[in-house]
Amino acid sequence: MLYREAGDFKTSYKDDSQTFPIQMDRWGYYAILAIAFIAVPLVINDYWASAVLLPFLIYAIAALGLNVLTGFCGQVSLGTGGFMAVGAYACYKLMTTFPEVSILVHVVLAGGITALVGVLFGLPSLRIKGFYLAVATLAAQFFLVWLFNKVGWFYNYSASGQISAPERTVIGLAVTGPVATPAVKYLVCLSFLVASAWIVRNLTRGSVGRKWMAIRDMDIAAEIIGVNPLASKLTAFAVSSFFVGISGALFFSVYLGAVEVGEVFGIQKSFLVLFMIIIGGLGSIFGSFAGAAFIVLLPVFLKNVLVGGLGWATDLAAHLEIMILGGLIVTFLILEPHGLAQLWRVSKEKLRLWPFPH
Amino acid sequence: MPEQLLFAMEVTLNGLMAGVLYALVALGFVLIFKASGIFNYAQGVMALFAALTLVGIMEGQVPFGHLINAIFGTEIHHFGWHVPGLIAIVITMMIMVALAWAVNQFVMRHLVNQEPIILFMATIGLAYFLEGFGDLMWGSDIKNLDVGLPQGLNSWIDETTFNALGYGFFIDNLDIVASVVAALLVVALVVFAQYTKQGRAMRAVADDHQAALSVGISLNFIWVMVWSVAGFVALVAGIMWGSKSGVQFSLSLIALKALPVLMLGGFTSIPGAIVGGLIVGVGEKLFEFAIGPMIGGATENWFAYVLALVFLVFRPQGLFGDKIIERV
Repeated sequence: MLYREAGDFKTSYKDDSQTFPIQMDRWGYYAILAIAFIAVPLVINDYWASAVLLPFLIYAIAALGLNVLTGFCGQVSLGTGGFMAVGAYACYKLMTTFPEVSILVHVVLAGGITALVGVLFGLPSLRIKGFYLAVATLAAQFFLVWLFNKVGWFYNYSASGQISAPERTVIGLAVTGPVATPAVKYLVCLSFLVASAWIVRNLTRGSVGRKWMAIRDMDIAAEIIGVNPLASKLTAFAVSSFFVGISGALFFSVYLGAVEVGEVFGIQKSFLVLFMIIIGGLGSIFGSFAGAAFIVLLPVFLKNVLVGGLGWATDLAAHLEIMILGGLIVTFLILEPHGLAQLWRVSKEKLRLWPFPH
Repeated sequence: MPEQLLFAMEVTLNGLMAGVLYALVALGFVLIFKASGIFNYAQGVMALFAALTLVGIMEGQVPFGHLINAIFGTEIHHFGWHVPGLIAIVITMMIMVALAWAVNQFVMRHLVNQEPIILFMATIGLAYFLEGFGDLMWGSDIKNLDVGLPQGLNSWIDETTFNALGYGFFIDNLDIVASVVAALLVVALVVFAQYTKQGRAMRAVADDHQAALSVGISLNFIWVMVWSVAGFVALVAGIMWGSKSGVQFSLSLIALKALPVLMLGGFTSIPGAIVGGLIVGVGEKLFEFAIGPMIGGATENWFAYVLALVFLVFRPQGLFGDKIIERV
């Protein structure tokens, strides 16, 4: 009775093809945006920003990026960690070489550089498919991490081999560095996330996105009806790497501040982002958000319950966590291959009819 | 002979031995892939799990000791006995069979006819689960595994080469044992697949599982059997790697090393796994020896992948793999 579309008449094609065709969804969407942009920055504190909100926002961008490649175009990549590292190091080099340019520009440029690298490593996708490609992207993962570890130019020959973000401001407010407030960091990441989601949504419902999905569903058939596999796969790699690069840049500059590449952008990160889109839902924008939220919240929740509540050792909780994570992946793949997004869709469908059975 | 050449020869020999160990892991992958079309990412973690279990049983550790202590506040760690290696290996093998049964019953049965990439991701999930499970069961500290395999410098080779060439080659006894075991394993597996009833049934299932089912082959039995054999290969690989470098988390990363081996050799070929392993082993050692110092070293981390990547672009099915035919 609460969730209704009756009386919501569409009088133009534009109305009919909007992202949220149901009025209540639209209101909900605006309400969430208002809460996220206005209410949350007022109450945010250091713990919530660094433990939950910032990682969620940044991982959601990475998950969006990987979802473009894996969910929409059907090319599995295990190189996400490596591409995030490209974004982070590109951002660092730009920040230190051109200190007078705004960091927002640097983050976007870092995304662009990552897109170029992504296209380069995407080239083999024209010859190889499926998990052959997944293994090939591992080459990107290991090679890039090694490169950033060994070539001094990338970390400006610092003695520790780490990169650390210098302090940068946007309209007078510090965004990076130790004096940046959680609210500012949060707003910067949130703006990037909303912009990314908006771009991905509009790309995937246009001709580009339809080509990706045609390639995903059956590449030979897509080729026969005139979809150019070269162009579609490479654009998917470029767009995907662009967002992954942005998330890497934010992860380094805004969230962590200092990064050691092997530790932060290792193979585990690639799997983590892949898990997010499997649990959240392949080929769904809401799914990227849901998956990122789930994977970020699970360890926090387990840690609070097991370590804080029951007083277990942290390593025990960590073992239980990866066990649960693995179990969940398998469970989702068996029971609900479309992830949390599908559960959400089903429950909305039920809500529309409630309390009547049909 | 010039010194550099002798060094290179020693590096090559060591690379060959390392390659044999890679091939051991790759074998497990090939078996499951041939029989069920599943690319089993969890193979490396299975090796880790097998090694952990073996050590745990030999030392008389209480399974889930840490968990029990955390829940009930007790202080139990060991039963206080030591099990001889051979018996422990048999018990571990039984656990691996139970594991194979559980994997088939709870995971793979439900994913029949899914796309290969979904199965691949399921095995990644399985790998995570098993890793957490193994650590929870036996603890995550680094353990020593000693089942009585010879270790250390082989003095006979050292002396002979020193007398003949004036330079003693350093070759580990363990590597020699591993090579012999790997060779025996390959022969055994080929004989099993070609000449036994179960082996023929396995190949039939691999070819077309519906047709196999219709002529009366039990799919459940074959799949459990295949996963058990893969568990056995994982146990052998776990013993070899565990004796070499201790039983610890990094053991599961050898699975990642086995991937380029497979891509080079082809996913469907047992000899391919061996040849691929040797190429990767020799290639990365020689590359590190010749070019590594110029570009900063530690090239072993990525050399195999880049080699496989370049190779795949020219020959996607690998050296010995069946040609990939796409039907619409």
